[in-house]
Amino acid sequence: MALMVVKFDLKKRVKLAQTVWFMYWFAVLAGILVLSLGLFFKIELRKRSELMDNNESHFLPNLLITMGLIACGINAFGGKVCYDSLDPLKFAKWKPVLKSFLVFCLGFNALLVVTSLLCFVMRIPLQFTLAEGLKNGMKYYKDTDTPGRCYMKRTLDLMQMEFRCCGNDNYRDWFEIQWVSNRYLDFSSKEVKDRIGSNVDGQYLMDGVPFSCCNPSSPRPCIQYQMTNNSAHYSYDHYTEELNVWRRGCRDALLSYYGGIMNTIGALVFLVTVLEVAVTVGLQYVDTSLSTLSNPEDIESESEGFLLEKTVKETFTDIMAKMKSMGKGAKVEEGGEEGVATVS
Amino acid sequence: MAVLKMKFTQQRRVRLAQGLWLLSWLAVTCGAFIFSLGVYIKIELLRRDEVMENKEIHCVPNLLMMVGLASIGANWVASRVCQDSLDASRFPRWKVLLLLWFAVAALLCCLLLTVVILSYALQGRLEESLKVGLRNGIRFYKDTDVPGRCFQKETIDRLQMEFRCCGNNNFKDWFEVQWVSNRYLDFTSQEVKDRIRSNVDGRYLLDGVPFSCCNPASPRPCLQRHLTDSRAHYNYEYQSEELNLYSRGCRQALTDYYMSLMNSTGPGVLSVILIQISVLLSMRYLQTAVEGAMALESPEGESEGYILEKGVKETYADMKAKAVELLKFAQVDPASDGEGGEEGEKEADATEKAATPTPAS
Repeated sequence: MALMVVKFDLKKRVKLAQTVWFMYWFAVLAGILVLSLGLFFKIELRKRSELMDNNESHFLPNLLITMGLIACGINAFGGKVCYDSLDPLKFAKWKPVLKSFLVFCLGFNALLVVTSLLCFVMRIPLQFTLAEGLKNGMKYYKDTDTPGRCYMKRTLDLMQMEFRCCGNDNYRDWFEIQWVSNRYLDFSSKEVKDRIGSNVDGQYLMDGVPFSCCNPSSPRPCIQYQMTNNSAHYSYDHYTEELNVWRRGCRDALLSYYGGIMNTIGALVFLVTVLEVAVTVGLQYVDTSLSTLSNPEDIESESEGFLLEKTVKETFTDIMAKMKSMGKGAKVEEGGEEGVATVS
Repeated sequence: MAVLKMKFTQQRRVRLAQGLWLLSWLAVTCGAFIFSLGVYIKIELLRRDEVMENKEIHCVPNLLMMVGLASIGANWVASRVCQDSLDASRFPRWKVLLLLWFAVAALLCCLLLTVVILSYALQGRLEESLKVGLRNGIRFYKDTDVPGRCFQKETIDRLQMEFRCCGNNNFKDWFEVQWVSNRYLDFTSQEVKDRIRSNVDGRYLLDGVPFSCCNPASPRPCLQRHLTDSRAHYNYEYQSEELNLYSRGCRQALTDYYMSLMNSTGPGVLSVILIQISVLLSMRYLQTAVEGAMALESPEGESEGYILEKGVKETYADMKAKAVELLKFAQVDPASDGEGGEEGEKEADATEKAATPTPAS
């Protein structure tokens, strides 16, 4: 008892082949879309790899690029097969390959589903990488004369301005590290000596933030230094002041940015999977409808198309039996050799 | 002696009609391109509307949008004419419209050329408009509590950060303006009182700039206050410091940006002009060839196509004569309402008599 049988005459077969061919061209475009999504994500990760300690995993974008390329290939091939299916001579040369091609498509679709799920899941390792990278980035902010780290200041400033964030969790992170280079500190001045003497590591800590934390929407000129000292500025209360600097932390900002990208890519890959499943089903129907012609000589005769030759249970037991027989065949050969060995 | 005469067989006429049909659809896409270009430039100009004092420069994108729409319409008409050109029964109804079409197409080419010229010529006006707009923006920077001006601070800050510029001509423009609001000045403090008394208008002027002038590429944390005092900061020399703030003025930055935007569209617009001219010339050839074929006894035979029926001088003289005739008839008609009716009739007879010998000659 075949699964989901549909009767086909010539007109219906032609229509089916044309529709599936058309859908295959859409699927090629979808493959190109997946490829470009992978490239875009890779470029975005590379752009900010400094902030992630050059430690970020490129596994997901590479996977997307590979899947996109494979999708383009198999969809182009499937389209060609559909185009040829209307001509029995041309179709005959594709017939032997079709069964294995369909199994391959099935496996590919399963992989696409896994990729789509990965897009949603890979957020978590990214979170840890970002936290680590940002912490180190802030530590190296002042090292503008150290080769290899001299661009960290500019990268962090530009990032804070672009993403409208300050510090790792919030602006107080800047109070805990020295972000002014020693080259610009007058060690003979009393103020500097006091500050350096006030902590164990001898760092110049201050309750100030870099200019890139400033919020342009604030009605007053930006207060960057002596932020916790209310008396240092006229009409200023640092507990109630909200618009002066960005209140959001950069880890949150970057994570929501990348999370948004990954969610969108995951949703799009899922839609592409649905399209791929549809064209695989379509190709299966095209194949079966052309193989079950009631009169093999007459192409205008009726035929039946189905999804699976037997029911799901029977197909499953068939596959299990095949695998067992392959396993038994190997065991029998080994047993035979052993038997021969013992006899001799 | 016709200008640029060419012989057309039936097959060549068909080819010409098909080619022109394709070319006119290409011209339709070019018209859409011109329209979207106009829309893009207009949006970019509107985004920085607050720092521009007048809207003279807007005539460039407005003209582009108008020409784009008109070009889409005209070239669509051209494609319809092509479709009908090979059908002798449907072509004659386009005869009158074609004259109008030629005029419109020529006008479109001229307008596109003016747009290109305007985009270069209006640079001075754009700079003037930006100068005044930015000066006002800097003056009203502190008025974050005045309705209507409360967004100037944010606008100027974002502008300076995005275009990497500071002040109007350079950062010293900020020294001449009070950019700190009075609400945040402690008028009891000695420093504030000194500064206010140091100038005639009683403004709080300082040698400092807002944070948005800071250059992220500088190796040291940004110095915003006491910029002219080399002793106020450790290891700082006012004359030789280059990377601390943005060195470019915002007027220069914005002018460069808009000029590069309009110049980059120059080649595109010029190629659209070329395509439009070729559509016009091909349409003229098609019209004359098809009309010549329809006048023949066997419509499938050869006919001639040309740009102008007679030479350039003769065509000009003909057109002049036609225009003069039209004017004369216009003058004669009002006069013939009164006593000059007979005279007018006599004159009309005279012109008729004068006109009749000419066909025989």
